[in-house]
Amino acid sequence: MIVRVDGLAGGYAPGAEVLAGVSFGLEAGTIAAVLGPNGGGKTTLFRALLGELPVRRGTVALAARPAYVPQTDRTRLDFPVSALDVVLMGAYGRTPAWRRIARADRDAARATLERVGLGDRARRRFGALSGGQRQRVLIARALLQDSPVILLDEPLTGVDAASAARIESLFAELRDEGRVLLVATHDVEQARRWDRVVCVHGEQIAFGPPAVTLTTDVLLRTYGAELVVLPGGERAVAVEHHHHDD
Amino acid sequence: MLDWLLDPFSGPLMQRALAEVVVVAIACGPLGVWVLLYRQSYAAESISHAMLPGLVLAALAGAPLLLGAAGGVLVAAAAIALAGRDERLGGDVGVAVAISALFGLGALLALSPDVPARLGELLFGDLLGVTARDVAEAAVLAAGVAVALALAHRRLALSVFDRAAAPSLGARPARWELALLALLAVSTVAAVRGLGNLLVVALILAPAAAALNLSRRLPAALVLAAALAALAGVLGLLASYHWQIAAGASVALSAVLLFLLSLMVRARSLDTH
Repeated sequence: MIVRVDGLAGGYAPGAEVLAGVSFGLEAGTIAAVLGPNGGGKTTLFRALLGELPVRRGTVALAARPAYVPQTDRTRLDFPVSALDVVLMGAYGRTPAWRRIARADRDAARATLERVGLGDRARRRFGALSGGQRQRVLIARALLQDSPVILLDEPLTGVDAASAARIESLFAELRDEGRVLLVATHDVEQARRWDRVVCVHGEQIAFGPPAVTLTTDVLLRTYGAELVVLPGGERAVAVEHHHHDD
Repeated sequence: MLDWLLDPFSGPLMQRALAEVVVVAIACGPLGVWVLLYRQSYAAESISHAMLPGLVLAALAGAPLLLGAAGGVLVAAAAIALAGRDERLGGDVGVAVAISALFGLGALLALSPDVPARLGELLFGDLLGVTARDVAEAAVLAAGVAVALALAHRRLALSVFDRAAAPSLGARPARWELALLALLAVSTVAAVRGLGNLLVVALILAPAAAALNLSRRLPAALVLAAALAALAGVLGLLASYHWQIAAGASVALSAVLLFLLSLMVRARSLDTH
């Protein structure tokens, strides 16, 4: 088991838990959607997996320190760095402050940029790239960290179709390499395409394969009043209000 | 022309002033780039202004200004941190109140009859009055800041570029923000003898803003900021010598002039692209 969460409850202040009752396990080579409304605890769950949330009860066990891909609009677009500079940040954690970044890491950074289809944009200023391209650069940075676990926060939100297709095919490649991907999303249809889904809304509502987990009842409990059930009752769409106070 | 440039620096007074301003520029320029990227220019202004009581007390006691500056910065940092935390006031209001209070206290102390007539020197520095010891002290502090910035470079970049992901990449943003403020305090202490607590901000912020206008990548901006700060120092001293105007103020105005020039160069390059 690469990721194991048992009875997790946590919050930033004692007695004020923002997430509770979370238990799931993920084997190598799994893409799991973390589905829930804004403020439902998706980002909080990620923070727990990153070791940044005070855990009040339960345990979180990961095979290695995870890589994290934030939403691209959380980065500073006015920061004077190239796409390649951003990817190289993935090697900072293993490079002592007084050393230059190893040649092997530089070569690997170029290779990961190629892999996400941006080899020709290496020198381009990060802030000048499109939203989808920036997202791919951040994914390349996570790949350079070379962790078996990658957490991605809404990686397909506001991304152009070409980038979205590229990112989804990359997800499949990473799964085939045996990595575990946790993808926060509010899009039920995206979640249906992946291997597992964790539904959260302050607490864990359900966990399992999407085909059996994403019932109308589970979606109603996950989204509450924000859920619109389309005619026929089979398809459900979450109505999303875009803000990032998760 | 060469004489116009070199003659002023033939005497020891101007040579020491030149050494002081170049040494300070090496720390202030790159530090300013980080201060701007962290959007902490208000903190830079605040720390330098709020250290006045420390400077005045040092003048009253006949203690070295460096000591007063260091004490003043510590008190200012503590007051700013405490006032900034008070949610009833809100961050900026709290800081503004703390600084105004400290600056007012400094002015009050400075107007007491026991203070030697050096308030102008505290506020605006005395670049032409620096001793070899002052230069050596500034050099040690500036070298410390430059080395610390070089060692902290990657963590500082992570913390400001991508606050959400920084911890997973090996940097704790809150820690590095604090480290930057500490380096800002040290640089202010290093520069205050020559430039005074009102003008030091110009040498920290203006060359850095110009460098960010002219550079596409961070390492280039850091080097250029140091070079522009040193250039502002040289231009300011030349202006001071030839036109008999105050040295510290000339340096500050030269730095601002370079910033205005950078705006024009940037506008022109945007036009041609």
